[in-house]
Amino acid sequence: MTLVSYVLYFATLTALGLGLAVWMQRVFEARIPALAAIDRVVLRSAGVDPDRQMNWTAYAMAVLVFNLAGFVLLYALLRLQGYLPLNPDGIGAMSPDLAFNTAISFVTNTNWQAYSGEAQLSYLSQMAGLTVQNFVSAASGMAVGVAVIRGFTGAKDSGLGNFWADMTRATLWILLPLSILLALFLAQQGVPQTLMGAVHSTGVEGAQQIIPRGPAAAQIAIKQLGTNGGGFFGVNSAHPFENPTVASDLAQCLSILLIPVAFCFLFGAMARDRRQGWAIFATMGILLLAGLAVVHFYEVAGNPSLGLGANMEGKEARFGAMLSSLWAASTTAASNGSVNAMHDSFMPLSGMVLMVFMQIGEVVFGGVGSGLYGMLLYCIIAVFLAGLMVGRTPEYLGRKIEAREVTLAVVAFLSMPVGILVVGALAVTMPSAVAAIQDPGPHGFSEVLYAYSSATGNNGSAFGGFGAGLPWHTTAIGLVMILGRYAMIVPLLAIAGSLSRKTRAGATAGTFPTHGPLFVTLLILTVLILGALTFFPVLALGPIAEETARAAGQSF
Amino acid sequence: MSNSIPTATMRDLAPEALRQTFVKLNPRGLARNPVIFTTAIVAVMTTVLSLRDIFGGTTGGWQALHISVWLWLCVLFANFAEALAEGRGKARADTLRATKTSGYVKRLEGPQSAFDVALLTPIDELRAGQFVLVEAGDIIPTDGEAVRGVASVNESAITGESAPVIREAGGDRSSVTGGTTVVSDWLVLRITAEPGKSFLDRMIAMVEGAERQKTPNEIALNILLAGLTLIFLFVVVTLPAFANFAGLNIPVVVLGALFVTLIPTTIGGLLSAIGIAGMDRLVKFNVIAKSGRAVEAAGDVDTLLLDKTGTITFGNRMADALIPAPGVDMAVLAEAAYLASLADETPEGRSIVEKARSLLGRDIALPGDAAPVEFTAQTRLSGLDLADGTSFRKGAIDAVVRLTGQSPATALAQDIDAIARSGGTPLLVAKGMTILGAVHLKDVVKPGVRERFAELRAMGIRTVMITGDNPLTAAAIAAEAGVDDFLAEATPEMKLDLIRREQSGGRLVAMCGDGSNDAPALAQADVGVAMNAGTPAAKEAANLIDLDSDPTKLIEIVMVGKELLISRGSLTTFSIANDVAKYFAILPALFVGAYPGLGVLNVMGLASPNSAILSAVIFNALILIALVPLALRGVKYRPSSAAVLLRRNLTIYGLGGLIVPFFGIKAIDLALVALHLA
Repeated sequence: MTLVSYVLYFATLTALGLGLAVWMQRVFEARIPALAAIDRVVLRSAGVDPDRQMNWTAYAMAVLVFNLAGFVLLYALLRLQGYLPLNPDGIGAMSPDLAFNTAISFVTNTNWQAYSGEAQLSYLSQMAGLTVQNFVSAASGMAVGVAVIRGFTGAKDSGLGNFWADMTRATLWILLPLSILLALFLAQQGVPQTLMGAVHSTGVEGAQQIIPRGPAAAQIAIKQLGTNGGGFFGVNSAHPFENPTVASDLAQCLSILLIPVAFCFLFGAMARDRRQGWAIFATMGILLLAGLAVVHFYEVAGNPSLGLGANMEGKEARFGAMLSSLWAASTTAASNGSVNAMHDSFMPLSGMVLMVFMQIGEVVFGGVGSGLYGMLLYCIIAVFLAGLMVGRTPEYLGRKIEAREVTLAVVAFLSMPVGILVVGALAVTMPSAVAAIQDPGPHGFSEVLYAYSSATGNNGSAFGGFGAGLPWHTTAIGLVMILGRYAMIVPLLAIAGSLSRKTRAGATAGTFPTHGPLFVTLLILTVLILGALTFFPVLALGPIAEETARAAGQSF
Repeated sequence: MSNSIPTATMRDLAPEALRQTFVKLNPRGLARNPVIFTTAIVAVMTTVLSLRDIFGGTTGGWQALHISVWLWLCVLFANFAEALAEGRGKARADTLRATKTSGYVKRLEGPQSAFDVALLTPIDELRAGQFVLVEAGDIIPTDGEAVRGVASVNESAITGESAPVIREAGGDRSSVTGGTTVVSDWLVLRITAEPGKSFLDRMIAMVEGAERQKTPNEIALNILLAGLTLIFLFVVVTLPAFANFAGLNIPVVVLGALFVTLIPTTIGGLLSAIGIAGMDRLVKFNVIAKSGRAVEAAGDVDTLLLDKTGTITFGNRMADALIPAPGVDMAVLAEAAYLASLADETPEGRSIVEKARSLLGRDIALPGDAAPVEFTAQTRLSGLDLADGTSFRKGAIDAVVRLTGQSPATALAQDIDAIARSGGTPLLVAKGMTILGAVHLKDVVKPGVRERFAELRAMGIRTVMITGDNPLTAAAIAAEAGVDDFLAEATPEMKLDLIRREQSGGRLVAMCGDGSNDAPALAQADVGVAMNAGTPAAKEAANLIDLDSDPTKLIEIVMVGKELLISRGSLTTFSIANDVAKYFAILPALFVGAYPGLGVLNVMGLASPNSAILSAVIFNALILIALVPLALRGVKYRPSSAAVLLRRNLTIYGLGGLIVPFFGIKAIDLALVALHLA
């Protein structure tokens, strides 16, 4: 694979994203009569009037109630799976703290896996529990994303939409059709999709072998498309049953970023100013390419301590350094978290890039819906700081950014440092937590840092050496996942609600331009200075210290 | 500006500002500013710890004290900036206060009471609604409205303008201001202000900053700065735990130093000074803001409503051209027009003489035996009769046609039509019973106005001309002046509607006015500027008052509003961009003990961990004091589009803010090493 392949990959991604955005706009604005009619029947049968507009409090309440119900159901399912059907391998109940962690993880679209799927989950838990949440947690994020876009771009007092309608439309007409297409393709490539239990075979040397399988293709499709990332098997997409071929690898890699990319263009389309969408796309794209360049450089160059050649430790030979770098950058940029290689074994500065993608709040494309509203948070801060420099009260898309919006933005912004730094500090201090750290020195520190960055950013990927199963961590990580998800959703919906009540002024020559290279530069600098710089001290103690020590010939 | 309220010099202000710097250490005052308050708390903490170490004999005590001193200086510099900004206002307030009088006034029972029954009443017992008599030499005790009489009043105490103005009962010139002096004649006033609420009182409070409320944008910025402070607090308080994991122990004083350098002390310390200085700049323009909100809103204005007369055009029409009738020599027409206007002292008449003189190239003396013919409403003609019986007349078309019994020749009639169509006023000139030609009178657009509007357009501000003229005339002048739109045959209701319409589209509107019928529109506008010569109702409705009564001031007010916001944004951006260099100075100094390899982050090559930390702290304090002049002066605003401004200011303050501290910290480090201080 050559660099030309990267270019082809990103060109395909952009083209698909542009096309999908057109479709998504029609779906969310109910412009396709046949689909809208079906929505209406489905929603009416649940007692919902899809035309009833919600204000931000109603919308936020609907999201919270729906996700809480999802959490309770999933938790019950995991605890009771031993008594329930579709359990051919006879797997028992999950422990309470692990079930708490897992349920939170899937409801918040994080898919942090402190468990190993094939050993601790029944088929029913996988299908009716995790796969369902893979759909609806993604659809929740998309619904909030669309609601926030409406608040930012819609006419004055036009409301944020209806959560139940948005969630249903996202599931039925976006996630489901795309998942079916991808699942069929993956099955064709060799991913199992069966309800028969594990294969028990006897090897040529007579040893008994148990090969787990199951309804994998369907779950993998939605795990990628919905930026979920929770694999069917413990080692995720590095497992040959989850990701058998280069073609399956590329298809999955594209699906990781597809909907988040489309959200940028959807934003531009709904703002009736496509340049706004392109500016956000460009900002995210440049950050992704810059990160990918670093990862690619270090992985292809390899570890000099181990000799010449690319760094292949923890990578699948069938993918190599390049496809692994592309996947690693994409899965951490988008808040996906599925892996096709072990991030723990990446070179220190590659690992740092992956952590930074998560620490800045998963805004480089990010999760479905959530990536866009996360970046809109940075837009508000960038516009507020620099917008004053053009001599006007800062405004974004014609709406003034005032004390209320700034307060809410600060509240949302605090979730990352609290989740990563404050809870992370406890995790390296409490004796019952420190036990989870496998390696000494800066690498061990990076393991903790990665775990809490991943959980707060709702990513879900992990540095392999970390013992995430300790009750201290399952509980703490469960809590920061809640923080990372809802301490963003609620303030962002409030900002959207507040903006939607303001008159949208037309642009003049005096208006701060929020498109074009200058704004993109400003936004990138805001993300780096306010987002990434906050974590500079801890990154210095982790990956940077490891890299400088490695350069001096010391390894951890 | 020569006639504005005198400005105190830096030399006058510094002693008081220095005193205030320490007075402002009062925690209650400091708490108003979250960033500086936090800095002060850290400074107290590090001072206590350093003293403990010094007296406890622990090493590093003196080093810690050195850091503490610079943290304190950071607080003091911020106080000094604010005190200096306030000082300028206070100096002006003192000048104003000197004009406040005590003593007695002549109170009347009613507006028509005889003067000899006036009661001597102490000024501080005067209430609104009472009547007083003021005569030549009296100082007007407080704000009021003339209900009887006419007088000339010297208002220089308020406006700085020494030429007296006429104030008379009835009409739009009835309002008088406390502190001004009656120069001649007398007035009976109805008092309109309660004690302590007069215009002068409000002006003193405003320039002094006593009534200074934080403006909406300032509040929002303060919240963001407090949020950033909180984020950096998380960064710093969690650091010992992470460092401990690496086997490192970071002294509390060093953590305090890191914290103070990371939080936005530069903008936090200068924010209130910027706000006060912005109000002060308005005062220099002789504009009094009734609230800070209005100044901020001025920067946001999208639409300017400007009165045609006096703002866009000179107050009077002027002769633009002479057009001879067919077969008449231009010199003959010019001479006739000259003579016909010679006795006409109106600005229009003088402009015709001026035009004719330039065409003839010579003066004509008024013949001694000539009889001037005054303009009357009946004849609508004026002119001159010579002793030899020759008569010269000029006047409206129909009046001259009636006088001469002739119609203008076809070619001249076409020219007259053309003048009317272009928005001008045609006059005819006749000698005896012969029509010699026409004079083209037109509104003359002030020089430079067109360029001014082009600038405003580049800034994204739409200009709308308001005029009582008919649409034809209005369109012609609008095109010539280069305004974006006009409102012809305007009534107060139409103005109000226009403002509401603009506002419903999310645009902010500024206007100025003076008459009572402007009051509703002034109140509705986001920025309403009342002329000081205007009626009390207009002044009450407006949120800014122009003491010079100059309607073009609106444009300056917009500039001041923009400068205020730009100064705030630029210094905020600069302050935050500085953090990059500070991280690179302090982090390697903190961590190099545990991981020697992290020395590579010491890109500035600072001499030692001690000097690195100290240099960052010193830079942080020095940059604050270095930026005080900029904060007080304001970042210059050059009219241009937002994109151009953003590029310029982002380069200077964003990129500058990234780069400057790298050099600054390095220079301080070199100096510390040279002086053996670290």
